[in-house]
This record gives sequence, C-alpha cells and structure tokens, in this order.
Amino acid sequence: MASGGVAGFLRIAAWVAVFALCACAPASHETTLKLWAFGPEGEAVGKLLTEFEQTHPGVHVVVQNLPLTAMHEKLLTAFAGDALPDLCQLGNTWIPEFAVLGALEPLQAYVDQSEVVRREDYFAGIWDTNVIDGALYGVSWYVDTRLLFYRKDLLAAAGFDHAPRDWDEWRRAMAAIKRNQGADRYAIFLPLNEFEPLLNLAIQQSDPLLRDGDTRGNFESAGFRRALDFYVEAFREHWAPSMSNTQIANVWDEFGKGYFAFYITGPWNIGEFKRRLPAELQGSWSTAPLPGAHGPGGGAAGGASLAIFRTSRHKQLAWELTEFLSGVKQQQRFYMLTGDLPARRSAWDFGAIQTDEYTRAFRTQLERVKPTPKVPEWERIANEMQLAAERVVRGGESADTALRALDAKVDDVILAKRRALLAARARQ
Amino acid sequence: MSGERAAWTFVAPALFVLGVFLALPVAAALLLSFTDFDIYALANLDNLRFVGLGNYIEVLRTPLFWKSLLNTVWFVALALPLSLAVSLGAALLLNSPLVRFRGLHRTALFAPVVTTVVAVAIIWRYLFHTRYGLINYALGHFGIGPVDWLGDPHWAMPALVLFAVWKNFGYNMIILLAGLQAIPQDLYEAARIDGASAARRFWHITLPCLRPVLLLVAVITIAGYFQLFAEPYVMTRGDPLQSTVSVLYFMYEEGFKWWNLGRACAIAFLLFALILVITRVLLRLARAQDHNA
Repeated sequence: MASGGVAGFLRIAAWVAVFALCACAPASHETTLKLWAFGPEGEAVGKLLTEFEQTHPGVHVVVQNLPLTAMHEKLLTAFAGDALPDLCQLGNTWIPEFAVLGALEPLQAYVDQSEVVRREDYFAGIWDTNVIDGALYGVSWYVDTRLLFYRKDLLAAAGFDHAPRDWDEWRRAMAAIKRNQGADRYAIFLPLNEFEPLLNLAIQQSDPLLRDGDTRGNFESAGFRRALDFYVEAFREHWAPSMSNTQIANVWDEFGKGYFAFYITGPWNIGEFKRRLPAELQGSWSTAPLPGAHGPGGGAAGGASLAIFRTSRHKQLAWELTEFLSGVKQQQRFYMLTGDLPARRSAWDFGAIQTDEYTRAFRTQLERVKPTPKVPEWERIANEMQLAAERVVRGGESADTALRALDAKVDDVILAKRRALLAARARQ
Repeated sequence: MSGERAAWTFVAPALFVLGVFLALPVAAALLLSFTDFDIYALANLDNLRFVGLGNYIEVLRTPLFWKSLLNTVWFVALALPLSLAVSLGAALLLNSPLVRFRGLHRTALFAPVVTTVVAVAIIWRYLFHTRYGLINYALGHFGIGPVDWLGDPHWAMPALVLFAVWKNFGYNMIILLAGLQAIPQDLYEAARIDGASAARRFWHITLPCLRPVLLLVAVITIAGYFQLFAEPYVMTRGDPLQSTVSVLYFMYEEGFKWWNLGRACAIAFLLFALILVITRVLLRLARAQDHNA
C-alpha cells in the first residue's frame, strides 16, 4: 500500500475517533427510537415524524428504509442476530411468522388503555390479520386488497354499462369483450406466476383454505374447486392469455393499448395508472369490487401493520409512535403522501379520498376482506397453489389430480412440522 | 526449522481468513444439513431436531429436485458445447492475422462478461419479447412464427442458454486466445509447406495443441454452469412450469424464501458432490486419452 505505515494507521485512528464522537454525541441526551420501513412508506413516514418529535422532546426517531425484496430476510437475520429495531412496518402476512418466533410484543394491553386506537373503527377483516391465537401483535397502518381495474370503453363497446357484479355477469362480459378483441387480444390478464388473483377468488368462498386448525390443506373442497374452475375457464376460453408477468414488458402500457380489459391488482396501481396512461385514456378506466360467485365478492386482507418488537427497550415510546401514526389526521396525511389507503373508517371521511372515484371500490371491498390463513408457511402454500393452477392451465393436468397432489404436498411436506409441534404441545 | 516457522507465519493470516470465512461456514453448513433447522428452530432451539440423513433422503424424494437437476443438466448440455464453440470461434477470429483493430474487437467481445447480469437481463427480456422482441422480428423475416421464448416450457431454457453463452463466452475466449498465441508458428509454416489446407491445419495442429487449455476451460465452464442461478433468478424466476428451476435456484428458494436451512444445506452438498464427481471424471478421461496418445 502506498500510504501504509504509521501515517495510514494514524489516519484510520482519526476516522475511528470521529465516528465514535458522532455516534456518542446525540445518544448522551436523547432517546433514539428505531423504525424500519420499506418502499414508498419508508420515504413518506419521515415527513410525519417532525410533529411527533416536537411533542416528544428528547426523542429522536431514526427511520431505516429497506427495499421490500430484502425486508423479510433482513428481519429474520436481525432476529437471529438480536439486532431488531424498536418497531417496524410489517406486512400483515408476515405477522404469523414473527408471532411464532416470539419476536413481537402483545399489544392488547396498550390498546385497552388507548383513546386513539379503537378496534371498532378498523375494517374487521384487516384488524383480524393482527390477531394470532387470540393475541394482538400489530396495529394496521394502511390497507390494501386486490380488485378489478377495467377499461370502461372496452366494456361499453361489448354492451355493458357497468362492471360485472357476479361471476356469471363477468363470464358474459369477458366472452363479449374477447369477441370484439379478436384472436391476439384478450379480456383479462391473470399472470400465471402470481398467486393473488386465484387466491382472491378462492378466499371469497365459505370453505376455508386450510382445515384442522390450519394444519392441513383444504384445496379439494368444493369452494376452492369452484374458484379454480372459474380461473381455468378464463384461459380455456382464451379470455386470458397464458402468460406470466415476466412476459409482459409493461402492464400499464398494455392496459392502455387495450391488450386486456380487466386486471386484478391493488391500490398502489391507482397512482401508476393515473401517471402512466395517456391523457386521452384517463376517462376510460375505473375500478370495481371483485365480483363474487353470486353477488359482490370479497378479497384477501392486505397491507401492513406497525408492530413493536419484544426486545425493544422503549416499548411505551414505540407504542406512542404507533398511536401517533394511527391518528385520523396522520392517516389522512399519509394517504396524501403515498396514496396508501387508511386502515380506519373514520379516516376515509375527508374530501380528497371521497372524491377520488378509483378508491370508492376499495372502500366497499374493504368491508368484506378476510385474512389469509395465519400460519408462517402460508406464502409457500400459496406458491404451491399457484403452481398447481399453472400445471392445469399450461400443462393440461386435470384439476382433480392437481388438487390431490397439492393437498398431499401441503399435508406431508409443508405443514408436517407444524402439525407435529402442535400435537406435541397438546400432549404436554 | 526457522525457515519453516517463517513460512507458517507468512501463510497464517491467509489460513486464518480461510478458516473463519470458508472452513468454518462449510463445517457449520454440513452440520446444519443433518438437522431440520427452520423457522420453528429459529424461534426456539428446542424445536431443532437431528434428522441424520433425513434431509438428503427427503430432497432425493422431491420431484422438483430431480426436475431441477434435469433442467440444470439440460442447460449444461446445451450451453457447454455452444459456449466452447463460440469462444473458440471468437478466439480464432481475433487471432487471425487479417484482423485489424484487434484491441478494440477484443474489448468489444469481452464486454458482456463485465456487464451486470441484472441490467443486461432486462435488455434480453426485451429481445426475447414474444411480440416486440428483436429476435422474433428477425426470425419473422425467415418465415418463422413468433416463438414464446420465456413463456413456453420448451423454449425457456434454450433462451437462458443463449443469454448465458452471450454473457460468458468472452471469458473463455481470452483464455483460448492466450492458448492460441502459445502455439509455435513454425508448426503452421511446416504444415503450409507440406500443402495442408486451413481446415487440416486447424484439425491437426490447433486443436491438439489447444487440448490442455480446452480441458481447463471445459472444467471451469461445467463447474460454473452447474451453479446456474442468476439467469433464471432475474429472467424467469423458475417459470414457466418450473422449467428453468436450477438446482441452485431450488436451494435458494428452500433456504432463503422458505427458511428451511437444513434442507437447503443438504441440496448444497448434493450439488457439490455432483460437480466434484463430474469434473473428476472429466479430468480422468482426459488423462487416460493423454496416455493413449
């Protein structure tokens, strides 16, 4: 090394000293609260925190913004390495996993004494995602659910003046649109590598997705079969192209070009479509609640909660921050900053959100959402479910065979350890 | 004696680093592969069970493992000859006395190696696009109908092969070029005086002289291609119908997506054993031929 020797050593020592001073200075008279967040929420939340810090002198909130794709891994390794923050934004399908890990602080006692967080103001299906085995582990921060984005003009050209409300109407609409579209355009885009569209059709059914206390698959039930048949029919009738989303270069662009008229997706795409579709198309798209088998359907409860980690040394303060971010005013500001939909009903009573025609369908559907099964293995099961559906659509396997194999895989491989552990606990 | 001590002192830092960052993790992974370490074990070590060879047996009984192995072998079988041929062809072109601006061409052909996979994968995804892709556009001129490159289970792997070969051939090309330049010119001169054609000179001088280098390149390439991961990870995520799930991708999903670290370690060691056996066999075959020759 050119600059090695004593000079180099002294330089390193000087840097270490500088860093040590920087790290110590604020800690001496301030409490630091660490919040981990991901994506656009992580960027926006900083703007809300100034107010919190003003009402809490001596408290400094440090927001660590992590990429969504790395978040799950990061949290697990932080848990293993005992380096978790005080609180974090936790996708509500991750809550069961961290509850099993024992990483989360139960929050019911805090909620009981709170004047801000009131359970009855939250959408019931959304609140329920935070409850594992009767204990509350998070407070919903923002919500989402997937529903129908559709092209009004293509639907009107096919002779429909409103979005379909049940599956029969939806079938007729897709068949009519497909007739207008011709051979190389479609009525709906259901990406074959995404489990969410099928999951949302399936979760509307009265049969649960798992059975026996969430220790076995229930995919051979009549309800799931009904959802799968409807899903497969869309491909068989060529209403939907047999494609993954990796094969579509740009969904917004294709939606604008009319490659398909229906797309099942979430609230984050409202902003994307407003921004990316050309001005002349802005009047010709809308959103509608997902149709159900017989009348309005529901969907899976999505979004993220704020959760406090058991290892935090500032739990009361972390709760105060959770409370602050759950306040109606902050929920509304957060909506204005990110477009994320508020988790509590009273936060929806204000101009900007009520006059937005695209959020209305979400408001309706949020009353009918259900949580996905609350087991840590759920995402893996959902992936297997989608692979089974893909085998039926692309590989021509029969639905009976695919579902039998799916239940067997879920029972024998994915949920086997959970079942064994629960049985052992029951014996004790 | 003191010389020996000095030698140990010099290698000690390297040994220490290798021990801490290589030997120790490998030993830990081997131990882990005999347990059912998963999310429940992470929660409470009481839930960790020693399962002996259970993970290995279970992996060998998983159809997706065999499928991923078949996918990987299929990938290697397609990509290895193609990659060697393209590298050798490019090296021969660069070595030709007729080539001008050799430095420029060498840099241009080597460029794909230094690009980042993720960035060029996006471009290749556009090239492979069924309706707007340049590849299908070019094929259209020859009257070949659009190929659904990344959506058809039969075409997805060949598409990845094209991408991987393009991405990697420059590296082998440089090694082969060095090999070509080491062949004594008087051999060619003697052959030319005897009236040997260019094809015969290639067949009887270039190839035999290049054999050790070709063998080295083949072994490196096989070991590298068996660890196929980045291409399916960024291009297809294993789609369609799991036709591009490679062994390493399968391991990644078990370990870092589903957190079955025990099983993931077992897959890693199975892959290690496989690569070891294949490269050993290859080297032995080559050595046997050397003795015969």
